[in-house]
Amino acid sequence: MDESRELVRVPQEETNMATRAGIELHGQDSAAKLILSEEPAPVQEQELMLNMGPQHPSTHGVARILLELDGEIVKKAIPDIGYLHRGIEKIGEYRQYNQFVPWTDRMDYIAAFTSNLAWVQTVEGLMGVEIPVRAKYLRVLFSELQRIASHLLWLGTHVMDLGAITVFLFAMRERELILDLLEMQTGARLTLNAQRVGGFPKDIPPGFLEKLAEFVRVMPGHIHEYERLLAENPIFLRRVKGIGVISAEEAVQWGLTGPSLRGSGVAYDVRKARPYAAYGPEFGINFDVPIGTHGDVYDRYLVRMEEMRQSVSIIEQAAKLLPDGPVMTDDIRVALPGKEALMTSIEAMQRHFILSIYGLKPPVGEYYSAVECPKGELGWYIVSHGDSNPYRARCRPASMINLQSLPIMSEGAYVADVVAAIGSIDIVMGEVDR
Amino acid sequence: MPPVAPLQHMDPETHPAVQRLRATMPQAIEGVSAHRDQTTVRIVKDQWIAAAQFLRDDPDCKFEMLMDLTAVDYPARPQRFDVVAHLYSLSKNHLLRIKCGVAEGDSVETLVGVWKTSNWLEREAYDMFGVDFAHHPDLRRMLLPQDWVGHPLRKDYPLAGY
Repeated sequence: MDESRELVRVPQEETNMATRAGIELHGQDSAAKLILSEEPAPVQEQELMLNMGPQHPSTHGVARILLELDGEIVKKAIPDIGYLHRGIEKIGEYRQYNQFVPWTDRMDYIAAFTSNLAWVQTVEGLMGVEIPVRAKYLRVLFSELQRIASHLLWLGTHVMDLGAITVFLFAMRERELILDLLEMQTGARLTLNAQRVGGFPKDIPPGFLEKLAEFVRVMPGHIHEYERLLAENPIFLRRVKGIGVISAEEAVQWGLTGPSLRGSGVAYDVRKARPYAAYGPEFGINFDVPIGTHGDVYDRYLVRMEEMRQSVSIIEQAAKLLPDGPVMTDDIRVALPGKEALMTSIEAMQRHFILSIYGLKPPVGEYYSAVECPKGELGWYIVSHGDSNPYRARCRPASMINLQSLPIMSEGAYVADVVAAIGSIDIVMGEVDR
Repeated sequence: MPPVAPLQHMDPETHPAVQRLRATMPQAIEGVSAHRDQTTVRIVKDQWIAAAQFLRDDPDCKFEMLMDLTAVDYPARPQRFDVVAHLYSLSKNHLLRIKCGVAEGDSVETLVGVWKTSNWLEREAYDMFGVDFAHHPDLRRMLLPQDWVGHPLRKDYPLAGY
């Protein structure tokens, strides 16, 4: 208790207008005296139900987490989601397969390319469409660019929540380089609409590979810069080491995937387990997948930092190995015929018309396909009845399933640790709620 | 124009999980099918949880992870909903789709005791389709407000809502 304050009990009749406010200033040293006009009540304790969100700077979108608190300790953490639910899966039943791609942009909007890719890949799997080799390497190249962009945003926002505000703008500066590259290809920075069933709508523009080489040249130095700011920062380490721990068994039971799962020591990465695009060993791109040990926030941080470095290496290899050729398949079930065929062959004109108006029609059947998006395993389950629209378009939302493990990570910890845990799971509400 | 080759579908009986199910609990299998390289097993509804536990624990199946659980609406069928689960084995690296038919108003046993992740996934299936999961610890809406009326992903629910 501060020595300059003392509690003085004054009888009711002696208080005047000035002292009724409860504060009286005395003399030259202007020490304040807190004056109570009645007996203080006995101290009471009760558990507090604190509402974190849906509007909150640290929840990374419109997430609401109800915290049952005993002082600063979290007794229960109950996520309440759905504030960004837009009914995308229902819309999927009313759109043609290629028309639906822009909706996938708006799910994981931080990593739109992998969202696009997951969708078109599932349709291609359903139909058995082969895509050209150049498109496969380009898919790897853009997926890894998107992985770095997503991890940069994760890094910036996560450590900003923990107080390291400088890193945020550094990460955004590098993300701008990637967004410039994506804009060169698609015309958009965030919602890319970058894929069609069968490959890319257009090839990379001239100057792209040169700009990409420049990015690959400077990026490792920047990653080192972030680590210099954080790796030996005692405040950062105190906020992340041993916080938000989830064991490997729990992580597998809760369906965690991606860096959150690998931080707990489980070696599962869709790129290695069920290779897609040009990730298979036969394509010549070598990369490692970092695995953590302790399952805490720090290990998930380390996994993502190393993934960024690995992604730079993958991009470099993909650009070097990139073969010539078309970027869209010539499978007549999904691809528009070229202008020359269109203008010279009546069958090509019919095909162009049918595909443009009615869209491609997969066979009757169902298929599940997934990609390793920066958050985890992003999959789509499509049921087709042979029509232009899916019968059921179900997204396996990596972020929502990852978020389910938040109570495991934060119960028994402090409120500040909940902030660290949310950041370390790396969620994007667009995918959680769809 | 080049002819398009017909799709090749694997023989579902060659899937190790199908073979183990046929050998150990054939009464649980209502049917098997395959589309390209993926196998689907239709499970008898009363055997849903027994089959799930077997598939998780049997050494040749070892489906440690439930990747996804959802529902599909076929309003013309008496068993209106298909509850569809995608199982993945980390150790064996194989994928299996299991499904069972549930009539409207009927319920299917929850898989929360087998894979904890089914908690939210079943809540979302209940929210969007109205499928009842018996013995679920917390079966309330997942994405929509708690006082919402109707189940939007049903085929008779209009796209633009009410």
